[in-house]
Amino acid sequence: MSRAAVAGPAAGEGGVDPDLGVELYRRMRLIRRFEDTIQSLFQKGEVHGTTHLYSGEEAVAVGVCSVLEDADRAAGTYRGHGHALALGVEPQGLLDELLGRETGVCGGRAGSMNVVDLEHRLIGCFGIIGGSIAAATGAALALRRSGGVAVAFFGDGTTNHGYFHECLNFAKVLSLPVVYVCENNLYGEFTPWETVTAGQILARPQALEIPAQTIDGNDVWTVRETASAAVARARAGEGPQFIEALTYRFVGHSRSDPGAYRKPGELDAWKERDPLKVARETLAAHAGVEVERLDAVDAEVDRELEAMVERGLAAPYPPAGAPAREFKE
Amino acid sequence: MATLEFRTAIRDALAEELERDDTVVFFGEDVAKPGGVFATTGGLHERFGADRVFDTPISELAISGAAFGSAVCGLRPVIEIMFGDFLALAMDSLVNQSAKFFYLSNEQASVPLVVRSAVGAGGRFGAIHSQMPATWFQGVPGLKIVAPSTPADAKGLLKAAIRDDNPVLVLEHKRLYALKEEVADAAIEPVPIGRAHLRREGTDVTLVSAMKGIHDCLAAAELLAADGIEAEVLDLRTLRPLDAGAIAAALSRTNRLAVVEEGPLTGGWAGEVVALAVEHGLHDVDDVWRIATADQPIPYSPTLEDAFLPGAERIAGEVRARLAHEEG
Repeated sequence: MSRAAVAGPAAGEGGVDPDLGVELYRRMRLIRRFEDTIQSLFQKGEVHGTTHLYSGEEAVAVGVCSVLEDADRAAGTYRGHGHALALGVEPQGLLDELLGRETGVCGGRAGSMNVVDLEHRLIGCFGIIGGSIAAATGAALALRRSGGVAVAFFGDGTTNHGYFHECLNFAKVLSLPVVYVCENNLYGEFTPWETVTAGQILARPQALEIPAQTIDGNDVWTVRETASAAVARARAGEGPQFIEALTYRFVGHSRSDPGAYRKPGELDAWKERDPLKVARETLAAHAGVEVERLDAVDAEVDRELEAMVERGLAAPYPPAGAPAREFKE
Repeated sequence: MATLEFRTAIRDALAEELERDDTVVFFGEDVAKPGGVFATTGGLHERFGADRVFDTPISELAISGAAFGSAVCGLRPVIEIMFGDFLALAMDSLVNQSAKFFYLSNEQASVPLVVRSAVGAGGRFGAIHSQMPATWFQGVPGLKIVAPSTPADAKGLLKAAIRDDNPVLVLEHKRLYALKEEVADAAIEPVPIGRAHLRREGTDVTLVSAMKGIHDCLAAAELLAADGIEAEVLDLRTLRPLDAGAIAAALSRTNRLAVVEEGPLTGGWAGEVVALAVEHGLHDVDDVWRIATADQPIPYSPTLEDAFLPGAERIAGEVRARLAHEEG
């Protein structure tokens, strides 16, 4: 399916609550600027190893997580900063984690690809694709006792992975309350998804009789409405649900990728559908939100991040050789 | 007195823990309605219901992943990976998710899950239904491995594994499922993980092993006794973490360790036992060595498989030869 076929104007059809809309926008803006900050800190040698940034895909995580309740849980990917922030993980704790500081959400033990924050419903980010699917499928097994729903975020590349096929079937036959959210950003690392994927992604859950739809992943309202319905069905005992959200990452796969494989004009076309731009337009057109209010959000997010960077860079590293327990006693 | 069979001991341990703790669940291939391919888990599904004991697709990635995800969300899952060889399929979740979570999450939570798996050769099952996968997991921090040799230990160690807050791999040797033992009381308490047990006393050499190997060592000790050689037999019971104290104590008693491992010589836990002995008790060492299987796939034909495994005759023969060499 082409991007244009799903990039319709679904956003705000039912009317957009201005305060909620501004909050969703604020969260997306936070993720975008957080990722810009990480990129800058990486270039300065303060963030180590590698990074996989979520820039351009913000509407997916923010839209989905905006409908989750306290009893719900989500699992993210190695491109997980957006998943974490959308769930409400403290940006300072996440930043400090990436800086390798003791004050990080995992004490500097996890780094960019492996963040866990159970308090904020993040059961993990997983450095190997499919890990999020496994974790969320298992979480659903536990959550069905408490009325909770598990969400797995993963990319288009993961649809060719063993976890994808095994867990979707497993969840379906056990009727588990889990929502599978495929972020199809058109590339698995450097390779166009269609060159390594037989048939359509959506046909795969459909073959298992899992309710599935492909949506515009750059429109936070479309994502939110779709996720809301999917989560409700899962919570009501209707078994696993599947969303393919079409989106695009504005940056390389990882820090070393200049994105030379992109088709000519593709990036520019997608930037016209920047989720932040879409949200701004929708808020102006359907919720009467003044541009000044959104500009103020931008400025506030920037100020907050600036202060966070200052605090993060001043935070202590974990002491070298700090003892670690192998087992819980 | 009561008679306890190894396979019944496993079922009883599961039943008692399912009864004791509502968060315990048990799932795997053919474990519920069929009662397990080794007839270890019959009746649990009927007694505890489909929400707690259920059959899964033949999907080891999903089974192990579901165990991890449910364990970090409040359950205490027990899964069965039918043959130990199939653990290769479950390794990503066990190694990269479950074993690392406690550390990586900065101790936000541990992963209380149990993996039961039927292991070992001698049943003519061939190269990929007979392996001893302990070696694969020996170098995985955060994981415990228990390996019972008796029905009572099978029950006690499985109960302890289920109550443990960490991921525990329970290796059940196929050749032991029909083993029966007279016990004073079938109500067996959890056996502490990480604690070895002396099965036989002796002064000349310590035979160190686990699982089926213990029975080979006990038979070898009988053969040696006929020659006037007194061998003690140390049952490790836990392969990870090893009971370093018990190994050192045995060495200080007999000064000789023959470590009998059913598994490839290279990279196995027998090498770890020897390393511990040398590192911590070099002054006590007259002799330490490994008796393991060759570095080759497990053969099918009875003549080949029997010769491949370290049985009582080979163990006794090596002990006689090494002692004779010392005296010579």
